[in-house]
Amino acid sequence: MTLYLAKRLLMMVPLLLGITLVSFVVIHLAPGEPTDMQTELNPEAGVELKDRLRAQYGLDKPLAVQYGLWVRRLVKLDFGTSFSQDRRPVLDKIIERLPITVLINVLSVGLILIVAIPIGIFSATRRNSLFDRWTTLLVFIGFATPSFWLALLLMDYFGVYLGWFPISGIKSLGYDYLSPGGQVWDVIHHLFLPVMVSAFGGLAGFSRYMRSNMLEVIQQDYILTARAKGLCEWAVIGKHALRNALLPLITILGLSVPGLIGGSVIFESIFAIPGMGKLFYDGVMMRDYPLIMGILVIGAFLTLIGNLLADVGYALADPRIRNS
Amino acid sequence: MNIKHIILALLLLVPLIACQHQEELHSQGSSADEAVQGDTIIMGTIADASNLLPMLSTDSSSSQVAGQIYNGLVRYDKDLNFEGDLAQSWEISEDGLEFTFHLHHDVTWHDGVPLTSADVLFTYELLIDPKTPTAYSERYKQVVKAWAPDPYTFKVRYAKPLASALISWGMAVHPKHLLDGVDIGSSPLARAPIGSGPFRFVEWLPGEKIVLERFENYFEGASCIKRIVYRIIPDLTTMFLELQSGGLDHMGLTPLQYARQTNTPAFKRRFNRFRYPAFAYTYLGYNLKRPMFQDKRVRQALSYAINKQELVDGVLMGLGKAATGPYKPGSWSHNYNVKRYDYNPHKAAELLTEAGWVYADGDGVREKDGVPLVFTIVTNQGNDQRIKSGEIIQRRFQDVGVKVKLRVIEWAAFLKEFIHPRNFDATLMGWTIPIDPDGYNVWHSSKTNTGELNFIGYKNSRVDELLELGRRTNDQRQRKKLYAEFQEILAEEQPYTFLFVPDSLPVVAKRFRGIEEAPSGIMHNFIRWYVPASEQKYQR
Repeated sequence: MTLYLAKRLLMMVPLLLGITLVSFVVIHLAPGEPTDMQTELNPEAGVELKDRLRAQYGLDKPLAVQYGLWVRRLVKLDFGTSFSQDRRPVLDKIIERLPITVLINVLSVGLILIVAIPIGIFSATRRNSLFDRWTTLLVFIGFATPSFWLALLLMDYFGVYLGWFPISGIKSLGYDYLSPGGQVWDVIHHLFLPVMVSAFGGLAGFSRYMRSNMLEVIQQDYILTARAKGLCEWAVIGKHALRNALLPLITILGLSVPGLIGGSVIFESIFAIPGMGKLFYDGVMMRDYPLIMGILVIGAFLTLIGNLLADVGYALADPRIRNS
Repeated sequence: MNIKHIILALLLLVPLIACQHQEELHSQGSSADEAVQGDTIIMGTIADASNLLPMLSTDSSSSQVAGQIYNGLVRYDKDLNFEGDLAQSWEISEDGLEFTFHLHHDVTWHDGVPLTSADVLFTYELLIDPKTPTAYSERYKQVVKAWAPDPYTFKVRYAKPLASALISWGMAVHPKHLLDGVDIGSSPLARAPIGSGPFRFVEWLPGEKIVLERFENYFEGASCIKRIVYRIIPDLTTMFLELQSGGLDHMGLTPLQYARQTNTPAFKRRFNRFRYPAFAYTYLGYNLKRPMFQDKRVRQALSYAINKQELVDGVLMGLGKAATGPYKPGSWSHNYNVKRYDYNPHKAAELLTEAGWVYADGDGVREKDGVPLVFTIVTNQGNDQRIKSGEIIQRRFQDVGVKVKLRVIEWAAFLKEFIHPRNFDATLMGWTIPIDPDGYNVWHSSKTNTGELNFIGYKNSRVDELLELGRRTNDQRQRKKLYAEFQEILAEEQPYTFLFVPDSLPVVAKRFRGIEEAPSGIMHNFIRWYVPASEQKYQR
């Protein structure tokens, strides 16, 4: 096992380098440069300003040299300084946006699991029942509904008309004056609608996975055996079938690890949440190469780690794989 | 003195009276409607600021916030005339080359250090320092000498007269005692600025909000409103919902929101809406390198074929004006008596026929020497008004036998692949209208190199001459004459079809009083806005 882990970890190094190389080349292929924000169509910017800025950013060097310099910094875990006008360290910009993004994603994945797993189980055990059909319809409506549209409807109804929930942002204006309990409540209050909206769209995937896994499992011989020895239905489904049906979810969860730091720019814009999606989008629009690369590297790293975790987790949970 | 004069005298006194403390008000027992201190205004802004050192940022969010934190030497007043800011007065030498600014004596930075002419000189030196990554250096390079003879006098000398010289000293003065000897690019002031303006910096939560608080020792008297919170809400619909739910006190409306969603008694009970022309125009520019656009009659015909009022009604919900030239209607430089191109498809058809473009093969498209009159209009992605305008124009051009394709391209690619290499037929774009009418960078024939702003390749020797004269004199009457002729030539030649000037549509919560709409907008007397004691919403 240790040898396997070491091998997998070593494999990640060339893989990561390959990903960064491809990303680096691709973003530099896009037309436009980080200097454009200041110099394009600006009558007050001098002609030589552009050259000066390019030299300051190191954009005048050949692409291969730029990549080499970037990797040299990365090895020391230095993501460099943003090319946007604020010139802040990339790591600072990412770190200040990570907590809220991760919080919302964890909450919404948690909510999805809590709702989708029971839906999947009941749909599978009562296949083609009225419940199965209605939940299928509902989760697919959730899947098909554009999240920005749903968000606006909910904001208008719950925020403006009923006044139950705040419309956007993550904290109230007077947050600093609230008691610690009040602060927690304030954040929950603000996150309610965003988490609801983002979870609604994700129900379909998970509940369908769960349903098909469950269907496959309850047709197995050992379920027949369990029934034959006279176990009650709850024990058959809850104990014997469920544990086996949950196994593939480990893989899916592992693959969603990189998703935890990602966000949707539309979703974040609508709810005015300062998250990773907006940061990345703005970075791309401004051709802020160090920021784009920083986020891509972290994303790539988490994807690889997530894959590894999924494989290891699966092996730990399933003796059939562990022993083969 | 009759009563009229007394009222006038009182009115003149008002701006000088600072707002009162609430306690004073109670002890005096005066009415609740007087200017008092207190309350917070929450402003919606669509993008986060980038850098609060004004010379390092070019985005409007940053300049909106920095505008409350810093002062320049001079500024435009509400009627867009010059007035002193940090300078209590200034003199210009006879030859128009030497400027002397006399600074207010009692100005301090937010940290208590006095602001002197050394700070102004330092700001100038920073602006021209090649190590400073500023986009504003160009105008300051024309200065031959700048010096500070005493702590409250600042002098500059130019080699040639420059009309925009005075307003260039509206650039925010940066604090020498905090920036001297440090690398400005990595100064912490970019995130936590210290200025001299009516508001001092308190807090910045990136992507969330920026908080400013009244500077008590502001030299023009402390602001009535105690605090400004800029809330960053990237989506205009969300911003509007926040406004309705009471989470915002100020935002700019879209034409649709103004016309359709805020015209209710319920909304008007809670908010005041304002409407005045914005400092911007949208145009259709023709690439004059293309043979088909080299004939003036074709461009004139296209201008006649466009129904500008239809664009204003359809795209701006009527909230704008048809444009006739590059200046804002109502500003001193605007010439009302230029050739107009009111919608006239018959005239358009006549002119096209006259220029040799005729229907030849019955496909509904005019042609000349076998070449059909077909071209592509390019515009940038993300600007709905331009795209809609393009679609309406497409339809109108078809009516007169001109076939047009519309192509929408992402901004960076749009500039790099189409505009700068002159790889376009016609483009739908917009300019902001600077208050100073100098149009040298956009219209002078020397500004046609790659990356420069005369990308349509306009060349007219008389226009060149007028623009050169116009930027080299400080005499406004003289300039008015020069720019009037310039506008007449543009109107005759139609290198652009000037389409429309949209309206600014700000909305402010009703509890704010003292707002005065003027040619410059509503923000000019912001520090005199107040909320009556009984209506104040935020106590802390």
